[in-house]
Amino acid sequence: MSTASSGFKLSEWLFTTDHKRIGVLYLIGSVAAFAVAGIMALLIRLEQMSPGPTIVSDAYVGGDQYNVWLYFHGAAMILGFLIPGLTGFAANYLLPLMIGAKDVAFPRINALSVWLFWAGIVVALLTFVVPDKPDVMWTGYPPYSIKTGGNLALYVFTVHLIGFSSILASVNFLVTITYMRAPGIGWFQLNMFTWSCFTAFIIQLVFVPVLAAAVTLLLLDRYLGTHFYDPANGGDVLLYQNLFWFYSHPAVYVIFLPAMGIFYEIYATMAKNPIFNYKAAVYGMCGIVLISGEVWVHHLYYSGMPDWLRIGQMVTTLLISVPVGLMTISLFGTLYRGAITFNTPMYYGTAALYLLIIGGLTGIPLAITVLSVHLGETSFTHAHFHFIMGIFATFSVFAAVDFWFPKIAGRMLNEKQARLGFWFNFIGVNVTFWPLFIIGVQGMPRRYWDYSQFPPHFADYHKVATIGAFIVAIGMVLTISNWIISAIKGQRATDNPWGSRSLEWTHTATPPGPGNFPKDVVVEAGWTPYDYK
Amino acid sequence: MRKKSMKRVVSVMAMLGVGLPILWAHAGAQGAVPDPAASWNHLWHEVLVDLFVIGGVFLAAGLFWVYKYRATRPGQIGTAPKLTALAAIGFAVIPAFLFMADDFYLAAKGWTVWNEYRNVPRNALEVKVTGMMWNWTFEYDNGVVTTFDPDSKTGDGLVVPVGRAVVLRMTSTDVVHSFFLPEYRVKEDLMPGRVTYLWFQPKAAGETLATCAEFCGNRHSFMWTKVKAVPAAEFDTWMAGMKRQGA
Ligand code: HEM
Ligand SMILES: [Cu+2]
Ligand SMILES: [Cu+2]
Repeated sequence: MSTASSGFKLSEWLFTTDHKRIGVLYLIGSVAAFAVAGIMALLIRLEQMSPGPTIVSDAYVGGDQYNVWLYFHGAAMILGFLIPGLTGFAANYLLPLMIGAKDVAFPRINALSVWLFWAGIVVALLTFVVPDKPDVMWTGYPPYSIKTGGNLALYVFTVHLIGFSSILASVNFLVTITYMRAPGIGWFQLNMFTWSCFTAFIIQLVFVPVLAAAVTLLLLDRYLGTHFYDPANGGDVLLYQNLFWFYSHPAVYVIFLPAMGIFYEIYATMAKNPIFNYKAAVYGMCGIVLISGEVWVHHLYYSGMPDWLRIGQMVTTLLISVPVGLMTISLFGTLYRGAITFNTPMYYGTAALYLLIIGGLTGIPLAITVLSVHLGETSFTHAHFHFIMGIFATFSVFAAVDFWFPKIAGRMLNEKQARLGFWFNFIGVNVTFWPLFIIGVQGMPRRYWDYSQFPPHFADYHKVATIGAFIVAIGMVLTISNWIISAIKGQRATDNPWGSRSLEWTHTATPPGPGNFPKDVVVEAGWTPYDYK
Repeated sequence: MRKKSMKRVVSVMAMLGVGLPILWAHAGAQGAVPDPAASWNHLWHEVLVDLFVIGGVFLAAGLFWVYKYRATRPGQIGTAPKLTALAAIGFAVIPAFLFMADDFYLAAKGWTVWNEYRNVPRNALEVKVTGMMWNWTFEYDNGVVTTFDPDSKTGDGLVVPVGRAVVLRMTSTDVVHSFFLPEYRVKEDLMPGRVTYLWFQPKAAGETLATCAEFCGNRHSFMWTKVKAVPAAEFDTWMAGMKRQGA
């Protein structure tokens, strides 16, 4: 059984409504965004290597140049890479397979979603073409975003396109998971990855419209002269920050949940164990959905919000540790009395233990209002969110591609190169971000390209961080080039090389053909995707 | 009957989980002269210990299991015991209560220090701070205005007397900025249309800095100022001099 392989036809890919191909299109787009945003990260790091102009032209235009890199890096990493990489690529490719469905509920809407996403990427890339390059950071706070000469419309349209794409995808997948499970698959027999996406899509559906509204008002203020955010005319600056974070905090769960979901799958398969305390983890995910909308003020701890709100949301924010803790215990517990085989995905899985701990626990001081009043907006915060998003979640995408590669490409990766890539990545990120934790506590602000006012030893830490970034760059080149080369000439893969019990491995050909399953899937009573006995 | 006693157990646990940590956190929280930066450092170290313990336990368990449960032969499968219903609930409820207890404990500690941060001592010196792209001006209650130029490093910047609390009433004329005093462990945003405040306690004479911590464009990195704490007598002389110059 294979995809009527009459060779490669571009139009077949561009106009496809097959969820697997759409998934791959998402992957290509998000890796492209990652690559460009990664180059921006290297430029940023080069600039921060020493105080004063390092690679920018001079002290006067330096800020303008640097701010464009930083804008693109942040916006593209989140909107162009992580969200589409997880809820676009991984969800599209895997969800229908995991629930035994032939496709998603609305395949053509699915195609529209991926086109909107690609359009968003193209609009984002116009950053490098227009003369008035956007410099509003991925947060786009007014009044700066309204007053700057930089192009605000590109930012807003990127958010619109990718936002609409996500809303459509959310509806599509929520319906698919609810109504298209193969006969016999009940809610508590779903894969953890399916659950993680289900919860992530609920969050997305509820909160993305708020972001879309917030940035639309920016557009109106800037180009049509309205005053939503203009206090001189009855508007309010803080309104935007509230709306923005009302979406953008939940957005981190849209990233975090599927990332966890991926690691659950890898753990169960590679340890040949069922998920430890499955239901607790599922309730944990649902708990995150419930709490996610009540914690946004932790991004506004020093923004002049009423004191009681800063305390109330400190409590809700700290309580996130409960569902996240339960999910973490389930993840770690899955290893208990397992029979773990190590391949590159499991290397990433092992690293994830550590990344989850560092990334998660450094969030706790930031959740405590009064500690955040010093640590917020410093490179401590910066290192925290890189550990959890820029590394933990990013590694989950890399691990997912490595793990499902045999299924997707029908070929095996070059394992040696994949491992080498892993080690460069893992060592590199630690070299990059630990120094930033340290100078962050000492007061190094984020979004600074010059820091001459600070003690000279800051420069040493920044130098180390820059070296780390280049180590990561080597790892990324090794990893991504491996995908491309192995997809073309890797060794042929068998149907289920890791011996998984999950439907996407047990019931499909490699790679799965149109319609996914040779025969309609029916599971027996008591089936679970983690039944290794 | 069963249900009722279950309920009682849960409510007792909830009371212990919420109440005890708060009581504990409040024990001995009363101090004399408030010094927010010192309280900050103290809390920070406590939280670090907390994090090292939790992180250490999880990391040790994880790494140990990764090592211990390696497969030793091909085709081997895991032998995780099936959880009984009671064990499943236990593994959810007990850690949930432990996490919650720690959360409330930290929240109570954090709240205590937070109150110190927001309650301005009565005799505080009041200075109006205005942020604009890209510098700060300071206006004292007698009308004296100072600034600082980061390029030439001239100007007095913010001058304050040692031993007296300083409260800053802050606003911005253009975009959002944030007045960040790393040495005093505090920052607060400034924005047009609102007045925000922060206060700090200069304990010793010396020069520190305040720098902008909310992105504000091209010269965001350069938007900083000297903060000079001087002995009270010296402060008065300086102030008198400034007044003479200004008036
Ligand atoms: C190892 C690769 C990476 C390096 C070396 C890197 C480096 C940096 C640096 C130097 C900054 C700016 C710091 C500043 O000026 O304050 C930054 C900001 C940021 N990065 Fe990364 N980064 C990496 C990967 C990622 C990834 C994978 C993500 C995905 C979520 C990400 C998300 C962000 C965001 C959201 C910002 C904030 C942008 C802003 O301030 O508006 N980064 N990164
Ligand atoms: Cu948040
Ligand atoms: Cu600034």
